[in-house]
Amino acid sequence: MLTVPIGIQILFAGILFFLGLIGLLVRRNMIFMLMSIEIMFNAAGLVFIIAGTHWRQPDGQVMFIFILAVTAVEVSIALALILQVYHHFKTLDADAINNLKDSN
Amino acid sequence: MDVFFYIAGVVAIVSTIMAISGRNAIHSLLYLILSLLAVSVIFYLLSAPFIAALEVIIYAGAIMVLFIFVTMMLNIGIEREAEKKWLQPRMWIIPSILAAILLVNLILAVKSVQVIPGGSKAIQPKQVGISLFSTYLLGVEIAAILLMAGVIGAYHLGSQKKKVKHRFLEIK
Repeated sequence: MLTVPIGIQILFAGILFFLGLIGLLVRRNMIFMLMSIEIMFNAAGLVFIIAGTHWRQPDGQVMFIFILAVTAVEVSIALALILQVYHHFKTLDADAINNLKDSN
Repeated sequence: MDVFFYIAGVVAIVSTIMAISGRNAIHSLLYLILSLLAVSVIFYLLSAPFIAALEVIIYAGAIMVLFIFVTMMLNIGIEREAEKKWLQPRMWIIPSILAAILLVNLILAVKSVQVIPGGSKAIQPKQVGISLFSTYLLGVEIAAILLMAGVIGAYHLGSQKKKVKHRFLEIK
């Protein structure tokens, strides 16, 4: 049985979440931004599992399954959008998609 | 058991750092798969073996294969010059510092909260299934609707529109 204090476990999930947040803020390549969102989803699911194990309730694992379904939908839609963006703009740079901006 | 948690945690954090800081998309995706496998080990240690299997099968198996498939289809290996310019330290240092401040905030918040553990029995997958299809039945149906919408949306977005011209103008 794991005897690591729950603070350390939550801290680990928090570090993963903020690594994903830094990746989302820093990177401009759309594949990398999507990967960072995945890291953040995974960290959020990890918190649910930690809490569910700590209080011995199955609800945490149920929530992780829902997160898994949402992630699968999000990834498939986002990758289809990335394919369309690449066909239109020939680049994956998120800063290149500025057609709505005034071009003075 | 605790030492396995720390080893898997260090592997997950290091491989995540490598994944978000890499230059080559495929290498970063492989590091991300490694990170997901390490998190799966932690799920197993947290006495959630069913979730650990789901993590390997769906996250590392299905979702990451989708990523790698698209990356290889678009043939984006090494990044272009534009992003290399953006990865100068003065560009990423401020978002990183702000995120680190948030992390310190979270650490202090977690340290100040006292939590009481529940019973002593581990959760069986059977309990998860019973809870999923009784208490959370509405959630399951909403997830089914969401998946259906996702399938239709991905099909619609992924299909290449044919350029329709007048039939007399069409080049044979």
